[in-house]
Amino acid sequence: MATEEAGSGNMTEYIQHHLHHLQWNVGDGDFMKINLDTLFFTLVTALVFMLLFVRVARRATAGVPGKLQCAIEMVVLFVDGLVKETFHGKSKMIAPLLITIFCLVFLMNFLDLLPIDLLPWAWASGHSLAGHDPAHAYLRIVPTADLNTTLGMALTVFLLIQYVGIKNKGVGKFFGEFLTAPFHAEGTVGKIALVIPNLLLRLIEECVRPVSLSLRLFGNMYAGELIFILIAVMTLGSSLGTFSTWPLGIGQFIADFGWTAFHILIITLQAFIFMVLSLVYLSMAAESH
Amino acid sequence: MIPNLTLVIQGLAFFAVVLMVMKLGWPHIIAAIEDRQNKIAEGLSQAEKARKELADADARVADEIKKARAEAATIIDKAHQQATQIVDKARQDAIVEATKQKAIAAADIEAQAHKAREELRGKVASLAVAGAEKILKREIDANAQKSLIDQLVTEI
Repeated sequence: MATEEAGSGNMTEYIQHHLHHLQWNVGDGDFMKINLDTLFFTLVTALVFMLLFVRVARRATAGVPGKLQCAIEMVVLFVDGLVKETFHGKSKMIAPLLITIFCLVFLMNFLDLLPIDLLPWAWASGHSLAGHDPAHAYLRIVPTADLNTTLGMALTVFLLIQYVGIKNKGVGKFFGEFLTAPFHAEGTVGKIALVIPNLLLRLIEECVRPVSLSLRLFGNMYAGELIFILIAVMTLGSSLGTFSTWPLGIGQFIADFGWTAFHILIITLQAFIFMVLSLVYLSMAAESH
Repeated sequence: MIPNLTLVIQGLAFFAVVLMVMKLGWPHIIAAIEDRQNKIAEGLSQAEKARKELADADARVADEIKKARAEAATIIDKAHQQATQIVDKARQDAIVEATKQKAIAAADIEAQAHKAREELRGKVASLAVAGAEKILKREIDANAQKSLIDQLVTEI
């Protein structure tokens, strides 16, 4: 809405404004920036999740459970069942890691369903009340539509994959498999010949995992956010006085409604996919080839 | 779009959340769930046991009833037998008693008859004496003729 006041025809400006993070430059260069909005909303969602989960877990009784406990137990049992089916190594971290991924990613994705202009508008209003220029009041509220979040999570998962691999197989076997799998050979000559392809393939495989994991989630959420922005652009800068506002407004409502409904599916699915793929990678790391 | 320092913070924050969930949340909720599962399993097995016990008790009760019935039947049988025996014995006793009474009565009758005969004999003797007195028309010393009369009496 901040850009709406700037008048019509500023579609590009509006979109760019919406896609700009609230950043804090901690040093020189592009890397030395911190996206404050991403951090803030991650903190909020993490707190919501922890408060719900840890509080319910602390008060959990073996007797008749309350409704909230029931709901959380359903998720817990679902994740626990998945882990028991798929993961045969030993690690106490897998199930808590997966439920955290699922719940946290879902909650962060869920922020995408809030009206696209609501929080940025509140932020800009607060900004202008404080006497600053609202044009610089940037705010992006969906942490998973920020590559930093998804890549950060994917890298943590990547490190945990290596940790679980070493823990389950031992250091020697773990690094040995870099050279002897996936291509196996009989005899010393064959084994030596396959060292290079094996190593290359393994390195590519390992590097591709966090990239695909993070880009899949980021791409989905970023695209979803962008479509919400584009739907919002339909009535950008128009007034109730002009006729075209009315059919466009109705079209905007229908489009927004449809995309929101569809997006509920996407945010759940993406959270689930992130969780399941992490589980699959961890299981593969724990099993010998 | 280019990753920046946020990446590191987000990665660490995510790991911190995972650790906290692992330490503070997960064990409690899993423990509660497993506790409840055990409780339910225990309850079910106890219900099963109770059902079995009930069936056992039913069988035992039926057994007892059957036994009691059989016992009652034998008691009634025995009672019948005893009654028959008692009746038989009573009949025998009655027959014996009747025979005895009959014998007593017969003896009595015999004695009476004997007595009557004796009496008759005595009377006949005196009649004979009186007759003889009349016939002889003389005084007969009863004492002198006593032996003769006694002989007469025994002869009659």
